[in-house]
Amino acid sequence: MADKYMELVNSGITKKLATLLGLPRPPRLRRYSPDAPLLPGPVLVLGASSKAQDLSDTLVAWGLDVRRHDAGDAKLGGLVLLLDELEHPTELSPLMLAAGQALRKLLPGGRVVAFSRPASDDDAPELSAVCQGIDGIVRSMGREMRGGATANGIVLAQGTSVASPSALAALRFFFSGRSAYVDGQFLSVRTNDGVLPADFAKPLAGKVAVVTGAARGIGAAIAKTLSRDGAQVVVVDMPAAGESLAKVANSIGATALQLDVTAQDAAQQIMDHAIGRHGSLDLVIHNAGITRDKLLANMDAGRWDSVIAVNIASQLRMNEAFLAAKLPGLRIVSLASTSGIAGNRGQTNYAASKGGVIGMVHASAKLFAENGGSIAAVAPGFIETEMTAKIPLGTRTVARMVLPSLMQGGLPVDVAEAISFLGSDAAAGLNGQVLRVCGQSLVGA
Amino acid sequence: MSQPSVRNAVIIGGNRIPFARSNTAYVNASNQDMFTAALEGLVARFGLQGQRIGAVAGGAVLKHSKNFNLIRESVLGSSLDHATPAYDVQMACATGMEAIGSLANKIKLGQLDSAIGGGVDTTSDAPIAVSDALRGILMELSRARSTKAKLAALAKLRPGHLAPAAPGTGEPRTGLSMGDHQAITTKKWGITREAQDELALASHQNLAAAYDRGFFNDLVTPFNGLSKDNNLRADSTMEKLGKLKPAFGKNLGDAATMTAGNSTPLTDGASAVLLGSEEYAQANDLPMLANFVDFEAAAVDFVHGAEGLLMAPAYATARMLERNNLTLQDFDFYEIHEAFAGTVLSTLKAWEDEEFCREKLGLDAPLGAIDRSKLNVNGSSLAAGHPFAATGGRIIASTAKMLHEKGSGRALISVCAAGGQGVVAILEARS
Repeated sequence: MADKYMELVNSGITKKLATLLGLPRPPRLRRYSPDAPLLPGPVLVLGASSKAQDLSDTLVAWGLDVRRHDAGDAKLGGLVLLLDELEHPTELSPLMLAAGQALRKLLPGGRVVAFSRPASDDDAPELSAVCQGIDGIVRSMGREMRGGATANGIVLAQGTSVASPSALAALRFFFSGRSAYVDGQFLSVRTNDGVLPADFAKPLAGKVAVVTGAARGIGAAIAKTLSRDGAQVVVVDMPAAGESLAKVANSIGATALQLDVTAQDAAQQIMDHAIGRHGSLDLVIHNAGITRDKLLANMDAGRWDSVIAVNIASQLRMNEAFLAAKLPGLRIVSLASTSGIAGNRGQTNYAASKGGVIGMVHASAKLFAENGGSIAAVAPGFIETEMTAKIPLGTRTVARMVLPSLMQGGLPVDVAEAISFLGSDAAAGLNGQVLRVCGQSLVGA
Repeated sequence: MSQPSVRNAVIIGGNRIPFARSNTAYVNASNQDMFTAALEGLVARFGLQGQRIGAVAGGAVLKHSKNFNLIRESVLGSSLDHATPAYDVQMACATGMEAIGSLANKIKLGQLDSAIGGGVDTTSDAPIAVSDALRGILMELSRARSTKAKLAALAKLRPGHLAPAAPGTGEPRTGLSMGDHQAITTKKWGITREAQDELALASHQNLAAAYDRGFFNDLVTPFNGLSKDNNLRADSTMEKLGKLKPAFGKNLGDAATMTAGNSTPLTDGASAVLLGSEEYAQANDLPMLANFVDFEAAAVDFVHGAEGLLMAPAYATARMLERNNLTLQDFDFYEIHEAFAGTVLSTLKAWEDEEFCREKLGLDAPLGAIDRSKLNVNGSSLAAGHPFAATGGRIIASTAKMLHEKGSGRALISVCAAGGQGVVAILEARS
């Protein structure tokens, strides 16, 4: 349905009609393919930063057409705003006005990425004001963008710079089609950890990755994406889902492990399989999850307890076992949800579990870092899956088109791209991150 | 007989689809669909995508003529390298045992490094043939050159010729069903109704418990919406089983003891077992669950009443034990296929019987009793069902896993088959 509508409002006579009637016209998003260029056109780098030249050199090395200060009449594929050395809100004016002019030249699928410093309670009020102000700027720009273009930010913690490995990795992620459904979001570079991949098309080369809940939907998309990015994948799902699990495994050369993640020995079984059969365990994607929606007034123990058991308690138990095993460099990426951030009617149990994932990630970052690893979460918004296809058409149309800046639901692959990125070695400096993949939905922070 | 210098054949693992009672979950699935599904689950479990396996062997008891190359066609529909050779095997209900045993021998001899053996059967999509009379007329028609000859052939057609010939499980030489044959044996050995019902109940309880503890998580892959054997009755009781009326040997009157509860139902399903040399398993980081030590086939003359139809495994076991210098008590698991509860109990009783062991098996002393707590510990065919050719693969994979879990010991497997045949095998844990 969404595809048909999108097709009609974006082509031929029906496009003119839709424009005339002022119907929402959800743009076709620029999604990743290993052969596609990083950006649809030249990139303009605005702003002063001590590492600006280093950054420009890197962008040139990435094969981009880089402009400083002014792009002339050229259409732009990307815009980088270096705002990390501003100290007072009054300094924003010239840069932002120049950025505004540049936006007029931005191509469909273009990207705006702003670098800034984190607002801190310990900083001077002027500095904290400008830093927090940039947060508002990026989110507002996201709302103003058209044609599937997005605006996102990279926040550089003390001691890091635009040249830090994870800052560059985040920039590349935002530039590429991998971030198609990420809009108005920030990635925080916390350390200088991280190693950029030898081959950007295979960031997970040589890694052994386990994906739970991989038999269908978002889990299957994650498995396929990790495999495309070079990982040897182990797909895990409930024994009863084994038939579709085998299909996913056989489509990507993975091995299938039929396992209930709530089993007490689930982590041990995962480690035994990954290490015994593939030699190591480098990445675990906690994707398995269920919904048992009911208004809290009508909630029963069965619905509440099963959601908590599958969506969060199992992850806590498995992580404890992974930590105890001291697997070197183990990275974890968990599935949170915008319901866990903004809440959702009928989902107190689900929101408890998904908010729980976010809390778990924040509190586990140091623990995984001790063995050279990391943990992160992705919070999807409205994603088009078999599950959401069951939502009534009217509600679904509103949820997918009207609420998010990108005027459409995301695809499972959009979530998968973010997970693959956060699970890569290049993202080590982003440890503890929770990234929303929601098309800048109105709900949530 | 001295052991020739051969290498070990190891069982790496297995996969089957859940078994379904005839005309239930798999009513629209063909033998090829089901065996392909069993292969695909095996490929997924062991990461065999695109791999060239040494050979795939298996078969079906009830087979359409169009499925003359059933196993090869299944391989072509799978994710295995299509350069994997495959062939059909047929030995009634012992098809899976014979296929896997022969593959193990080839591995031992160094002719194969890896192999997949198994079987499949459906009675929901059974081949229905035209009557012999109609077939004769149709053949004559196809040979006829002139219109006159064609008309002459067609003129022979009678309405009665149109009745289809459905395959049965009856023995061609006696006309008796397998159940009626077993009923004779069951009576001869004095097996009581209660003993048969107890064995059936244990089968259901053991299989249900095995599912509950996740034993089948790496042995079964769901198919067509079914994730467990649908013949399993976890809540079965002696009382419920006791209420069933006799289904076989009805001519025995009050002495009839065999019911639908203590006999296997017609079942659809498929199984596949991955075997290899130790080198193959090590090179591919694959587990080694158990060694396939030996297997032996036997056949008896049931036609003239000299022996019961399903008693051949009793003979095969005696020969295999002697060859391996083992006694019947040297095993940690006994997997005796439950075609009928009466089959298992008659076999056990025969092994304990001095006269049978002396007269029939030519032994000085009876093979003796087994520890019944080691018999079919995770359930067998009475609970799981019995898709004829798929049963061997089911038992071999499960038994190998049991030995692996125990970490030591030996298992005896016994499968009876139509035509008065049977195949038995020894598996051994890897130390």
